[in-house]
Amino acid sequence: MSTLVPAFAAVFEQTSEHTGEVTGLGFPLLPVMVLCPLLGAIVIALLPKERVDVIRLVAVLSSVAAGALGIVALAQFEPGAPGFQFVSSATWIESLDIKFILGIDGISLFLVVLTGILFPISLLASKPEHDPKGYYAWLTLLEVGCLGVFCALDLFVFFLFFEITLVPLYMLIGKWGHGRRVYAATKFFVFTMLGSAFMLVAIVSLAILAKAGDGGTISFDLQKVIASQANLGTVTSRLIFVGMAVAFMVKTPVFPFHTWLPDAHTEAPTAGSVNLAGILLKLGTYGFLRYGLQLFPEASLYFAPTMITLGAIGIIYGGIVAAMQQNLKRLVAYSSVAHMGFCVMGLFALTIEGVEGSVLQMINHGITTGALFILLGFLYRRRHTYELAELRGIQKVAPVFAGVFTVVMLASIGVPGLNGFVGEFLVLAGTFIAHRWWAVVAAIGVIIAALYLLWAYQRAFHGEPDEANRTVPDLDWGEKLVIAPLVALIVFLGVYPKPVLDRIEPAVRRVLEHVEVSTGRELPSSRKGADLAPLVGDGHGASHPPATGLDPGAEAEHAEADR
Amino acid sequence: MSSLAVVLAQAPQTTVINLAPGAGTPAADPNAPIPTPPVLWAALLPILVLGIGGLVLLTISSLLKKGAPRGFYTLYTVMVAGLSMAAAVPLWAKVNGWTKIAWWDFRDLWWQSLPTEAGPFSTLGQAIGVDGLSVFLILLICIAVILGSLLSDDFLLREGLEGPETYALLLFSACGGVIMAMADDLIVLFLGLETLSIAVYVLAASHLKRAQSQEAGLKYFVLGGFSSAFFLYGIAMLYGATGTTNLVAMKDFLSRSIPANNALLLIGFALLLVGFAFKVAAVPFHAWSPDVYDGAPTPSVAFMASGVKAAGFAGLVRVFVVAFGQYAADWQPIVYALAVLSLVVGSVLAIVQNNVKRTLAYSSVSHVGFILIAVEAATPAGIQAVLFYLASYTFMVVGSFGVVTLVGRVGDGRHSLDDYKGLGRTNPLLAAIFTVFLLAQAGVPFTAGFVAKFYAVIAAVDAGSTVLAVIAMISATIAAFLYLRIIVAMYMTDSDGRSASPVSRAERIRIPFATGLSLLLCVLTTVGVGLLPGPLTELSAKGTPSLVREPARTATDGGLTVGTTGTEAAPGQSQQQG
Repeated sequence: MSTLVPAFAAVFEQTSEHTGEVTGLGFPLLPVMVLCPLLGAIVIALLPKERVDVIRLVAVLSSVAAGALGIVALAQFEPGAPGFQFVSSATWIESLDIKFILGIDGISLFLVVLTGILFPISLLASKPEHDPKGYYAWLTLLEVGCLGVFCALDLFVFFLFFEITLVPLYMLIGKWGHGRRVYAATKFFVFTMLGSAFMLVAIVSLAILAKAGDGGTISFDLQKVIASQANLGTVTSRLIFVGMAVAFMVKTPVFPFHTWLPDAHTEAPTAGSVNLAGILLKLGTYGFLRYGLQLFPEASLYFAPTMITLGAIGIIYGGIVAAMQQNLKRLVAYSSVAHMGFCVMGLFALTIEGVEGSVLQMINHGITTGALFILLGFLYRRRHTYELAELRGIQKVAPVFAGVFTVVMLASIGVPGLNGFVGEFLVLAGTFIAHRWWAVVAAIGVIIAALYLLWAYQRAFHGEPDEANRTVPDLDWGEKLVIAPLVALIVFLGVYPKPVLDRIEPAVRRVLEHVEVSTGRELPSSRKGADLAPLVGDGHGASHPPATGLDPGAEAEHAEADR
Repeated sequence: MSSLAVVLAQAPQTTVINLAPGAGTPAADPNAPIPTPPVLWAALLPILVLGIGGLVLLTISSLLKKGAPRGFYTLYTVMVAGLSMAAAVPLWAKVNGWTKIAWWDFRDLWWQSLPTEAGPFSTLGQAIGVDGLSVFLILLICIAVILGSLLSDDFLLREGLEGPETYALLLFSACGGVIMAMADDLIVLFLGLETLSIAVYVLAASHLKRAQSQEAGLKYFVLGGFSSAFFLYGIAMLYGATGTTNLVAMKDFLSRSIPANNALLLIGFALLLVGFAFKVAAVPFHAWSPDVYDGAPTPSVAFMASGVKAAGFAGLVRVFVVAFGQYAADWQPIVYALAVLSLVVGSVLAIVQNNVKRTLAYSSVSHVGFILIAVEAATPAGIQAVLFYLASYTFMVVGSFGVVTLVGRVGDGRHSLDDYKGLGRTNPLLAAIFTVFLLAQAGVPFTAGFVAKFYAVIAAVDAGSTVLAVIAMISATIAAFLYLRIIVAMYMTDSDGRSASPVSRAERIRIPFATGLSLLLCVLTTVGVGLLPGPLTELSAKGTPSLVREPARTATDGGLTVGTTGTEAAPGQSQQQG
């Protein structure tokens, strides 16, 4: 390994062209991080399938290594800088200027860290019922895809990683899932691939049509394409935006494209559900933020009312359908539709608070829903069912389990003091500035969330346990240790989200400024430069640029769009 | 036959620029020998090696009383194909202007007789063209022969059909394919097409113990005969329109004169397209392919789906994109329709099949649609995409049919989806290999199939056919469903697979050495090209076709200035050539 790293460093040239700043480490942090799980998967593939313990150890170690590198990135990350950090690149296809450019900014940083934390936990939290070798190999490969998506700064490479995540998850659901696993897996694969079909054509069209401004050479480098996207006509860029948006909407999922999600979530094995909900859904919203807003500022503004409407529909619809579910896992799946609706809404509010809240909501949803699925996995291990009708009085026999479940559930509802509140509040505040009535509608969604989760809790945990539930054991030490970091994060982020917001904000500000500059329109943000102190602590807003007044024209237009 | 082309060039149109100035003048002396064009033997070497190799194989086998030692025929075929590839290397070097390969400076060797100027050239009265496209496809067809013969080795032993016939037919058909790839004259193209086809008809019928195989051969033969007739009639129409069958002369003619009535020309295009579409199995001329693929011996199907298609596309690209590029606006809509139909019909019909061979046949129809979208672009990027797709598809499809060969077991009949149930448990290695090929065909990233699709889409979008690209990607999604069906059968339908019941000996499939080697090559290439597409991209970028006049004439013609060589005499100037 010691000889490998310098060789690797030679391949991945450390560049600062994207940031104008020194990248710090003389070591290709991100490529090594992405390749850690890949190495693990290769080792697992070579191990004999009888050595289950070794296989599990390799899987956990490789994902812990990736997670550790993610933490290193977090520690070394320079909070104030808006650009990309730790950028390294290696040429892949010369003639098309396709490069493995990896780099992170404040937005992707936390998604990378989340991936690094959630994967080892999900590996520790569940065991496959059969064929452990394939199970661990596919899970580690899935981690490669997820990390790659969040780090990629090249359209083509982004697409590669975005698409490659399909296969491991398909295999995990189809082979290790529950009852209707084949149906769910195939539906998941076909839906997502259909979205990607449009995205591939969109990416190619974008690169080809935008090349005129870049000296006529085709390039898939995100920065270059952003710089040259102005060459596109308005209609063209709107069409291409729609092409990419379809893929992201399927992945997120946004309301009419969400039908694969409940099936996939319900039938997936625990680790599959955790990572699907925790990380893979973020691929969609992250795509909107990184590729939608930055590449198509005008189209984003144009479609923002539509997207906000779809987000609001998702919040209400997801909540109502979740309330009707008899299966706990399905209920959590529909709650994801609602929560991701918040993310989409915040994103397309196009205000600092909204986008920031949306990013935070992505992280929070990853933590809380991941924790919920882990807890449901523990429950399934004890009772072999997710049906609410068969669960009663768990609180009596497993108080610690019930306690942890309560904390996580309250975070998911968005109770102040826990992480869910901060994200949702920022989203609602941000949306209120731009489209106030939709913020009102979304606020109703918070109430519905309280309704369905508390109702489900009541049915499963309260009352007298019947025969089947009387012997349910409480969490053992191993399980407590696995869930503890997530609970700690839930509380920490609820009480003190400032360090996270401090790092997200410059990146978000940069994206929105880009949108403003390239469309020439002032985004609605009465709080620009105002202090967020009441919410997130002291002196946070000190670095903000001075407040700019509301542009009445822009507001009028948005008001029009609202109607 | 090249003299035929020259003679044919004497059509009675006054507008035709006579490209063979000397040939037209009637020989005053009736005893004087008929002028023949010069022959660059080095350029013909790949064809000759394959053709003579096949004949020698038949001779050897008839001389051997006790039958050849085990594996001899396979080894021989692989060596002949390898030799043909080796003969193509100097051509490639010449076309690309290399003077040496590694440390070996070959300028002073006997193929010095090739024109000294670097770049594509033609010979045999410009009936045979040597350019990037033809050399690339020589290499590709030879690779298909090698992979196909490796698959055949154990198959023939298993089926009790050992003998030289399959190998000789493979070589002959490859010889025809190479002629097609090099043909600069429609008559030569037709000769290549027929050599290729007749050998393949017999190959399809070569499983003597299966009635289905005989049926497949007959069906293929009758329908193929029809399509050849269309093709020939198309040539006749084009001859009527332009007064020549030579593509170089034809292009020249079309660029200098605009026919007042181009009905003949357009009918000719349509008929030629029918012929090509039949050979590559594009909808609506695909009906034979599922039946033939199902009935023919599986290793032969591997060659049909790779080598035969490559040769068909070579002709299609050369004739339409290069020679008739000027008339692209006329033929592009037809190719557009063929592409859309192939994509949609191929992938939709594939998902309702319950026989894996038929499924793969329909999926190959949809792949043809994908290649056609790159042809439709009619740009250099499109040609590059076609070549890249053909090259990666060769490995994917040979690999897939290689696995099917093994799973078919004795009798070559166990091809239903049920036979694949639980393969992931009983034969994990074979199932894993098949999964790689299926995912590659579905276009999953980090496989050759994805990069190939990507290039095809780039070519289409660059040429302005964005809608076509969208249709292609949507049908790729539909097609993904069929590959998933097979994967589901292998890994996910095994209800008792959760209990680790021991695998019985009967369930276990042995992977023989030669087949294993072929599969290994295919897997390595499929994944390798997916991870590092650079080298193949460059190679396919160099595979550009061009129609070049023969050197001596161009000097006087003033169009292209390709220098003449000392040994090269201008043809048709009543000089005798050996």
